[in-house]
Amino acid sequence: MIEVVNVNKTFGEKHVLKDINATFDAGKVNMIIGRSGSGKTVLLKNIVGLVTPETGEIYFDGREFVKVDEKRKREIRKDMGMVFQGSALFTSNNVEENVMLPLDLFTKMSKAEKQKRVDFCLDRVGIVNSHHSFPSEISGGMQKRVAIARAIALNPKYLFCDEPNSGLDPQTSILIDQLIKEITVEYNITTIVNTHDMNSIMEIGDNICFIYQGNKWWQGSKDDIFTTDNPELNDFVFASNLYKKIKKAHNDE
Amino acid sequence: MNLFVTMGKYFSLMGSVLSKPVNRKIFFRRLKAEIEQIGFDSVGIVCIVSVFMGAVLTIQMGINFESPIIPRYIIGLSTRDTMILEFSSTIVCLILSGRVGSNIASEIGTMRITEQIDALEIMGVNSANYLILPKIVAAFFTFPFLALLSIMLGIVGGFFIAFTSPDIVTVADYIYGLHYAFVPFYVTYTVVKIAVFAILITSISAFFGYYTEGGALEVGKSSTKAVVYSIIAVLLFNLILTQVMLT
Ligand SMILES: Nc1ncnc2c1ncn2[C@@H]1O[C@H](COP(=O)(O)OP(=O)(O)O)[C@@H](O)[C@H]1O
Ligand SMILES: [Mg+2]
Repeated sequence: MIEVVNVNKTFGEKHVLKDINATFDAGKVNMIIGRSGSGKTVLLKNIVGLVTPETGEIYFDGREFVKVDEKRKREIRKDMGMVFQGSALFTSNNVEENVMLPLDLFTKMSKAEKQKRVDFCLDRVGIVNSHHSFPSEISGGMQKRVAIARAIALNPKYLFCDEPNSGLDPQTSILIDQLIKEITVEYNITTIVNTHDMNSIMEIGDNICFIYQGNKWWQGSKDDIFTTDNPELNDFVFASNLYKKIKKAHNDE
Repeated sequence: MNLFVTMGKYFSLMGSVLSKPVNRKIFFRRLKAEIEQIGFDSVGIVCIVSVFMGAVLTIQMGINFESPIIPRYIIGLSTRDTMILEFSSTIVCLILSGRVGSNIASEIGTMRITEQIDALEIMGVNSANYLILPKIVAAFFTFPFLALLSIMLGIVGGFFIAFTSPDIVTVADYIYGLHYAFVPFYVTYTVVKIAVFAILITSISAFFGYYTEGGALEVGKSSTKAVVYSIIAVLLFNLILTQVMLT
């Protein structure tokens, strides 16, 4: 479980996160949703410590993370995996080496054990015969898969995904979403996914946190979304005609 | 004020760089790769530049010392000493600032803007230490060899002139000059200089790469800054070290 308490973040004059309080549960796909520029990425970066908030606390299963020194931060980070928006694979390493690196760095596994773990992780995300390709040689969807494999290599307790299906076609998006969901449940991970993709929210969102202009505007389940009378959330979710129709159908039931 | 902020950031980055690597095996693997990229891959340019400079120096010395009272072997001697004192370390490093500096800044800058550095941090890796320390250590140990190589090839370049144009200096005079009044300390001086320059070039270039913000355009700018500031630092420390070591 991850708890965010009274987090504020400003960049110069710009108050990007305004007193955010939120709880993200284990074994669930927690979603941070909102329009582009609302502060999703900044919130996620605060949670993982790539950005330090001006005020506030963040707890990982009770372990405070904001005011700790670098060493302690690295300790807690060994429980984290993150899938970046652009995958952020190491371009000078091949697929297998990307997944191998965290094992090389932080485990005392034998070569054979590491290889087994790498094969397992790549297999889990559906990569079978591109082990020796370089990131530039595989598709965006494959890169995302490898990024997920790398993120789960060390059995993380927490998984973070920043817009995991940006730039992917709808079918690939659904596959990636489902993969994230399955892994979350299978290993009881506290997963946080940033997205503005309604399909993802409806497909895999368990606990949804709506950010509006840097404020946490609303939090609930995806069923609550259909019945909410929050105008900003309604505008965001039911922006397209398709979702207006879906809402109508849902509410007529 | 800006300069002090930048310097502060530089030293704080170096603080993170100079910690113990999490995993020695990985460190040595990366060091080996950097020795190849920073050291071995610079051999070609150092060779070419040194041979040509040695040849040109010999011709110019020949013109400068065109006087019946100056013995011709002075040409060999001055080519040798110029190569040792200044060319093999300072000039070679000005050239390597361009080659190695821009390479380091653009590599690390690209890793920054594509979030590869963030990815390392999330794994719990000290990214500055992981990425930068092997580069500094690699340059520190390989650059002195490049200096020695440069001295030898510069002398060979001069020899080529003596061999082909005996009217400038004869081979015998040139070789006599090479042996005449040789000060071994000059070699120590140049090796110390280039080792310091190695640290300056790699750390400054890594610094500009590491703090790149934005996109491809900014990577280009970081790379340019890396070269310019590396060159300034080399020139400044050349003056300081010369004052300290030779006077
Ligand atoms: N490093 C930064 N410096 C200044 N402003 C920033 C920085 N990072 C993000 N912002 C601003 O914070 C706001 C939220 O950005 P972001 O979290 O990236 O939005 P999104 O919800 O699309 O992920 C934007 O207005 C952005 O311009
Ligand atoms: Mg974003």
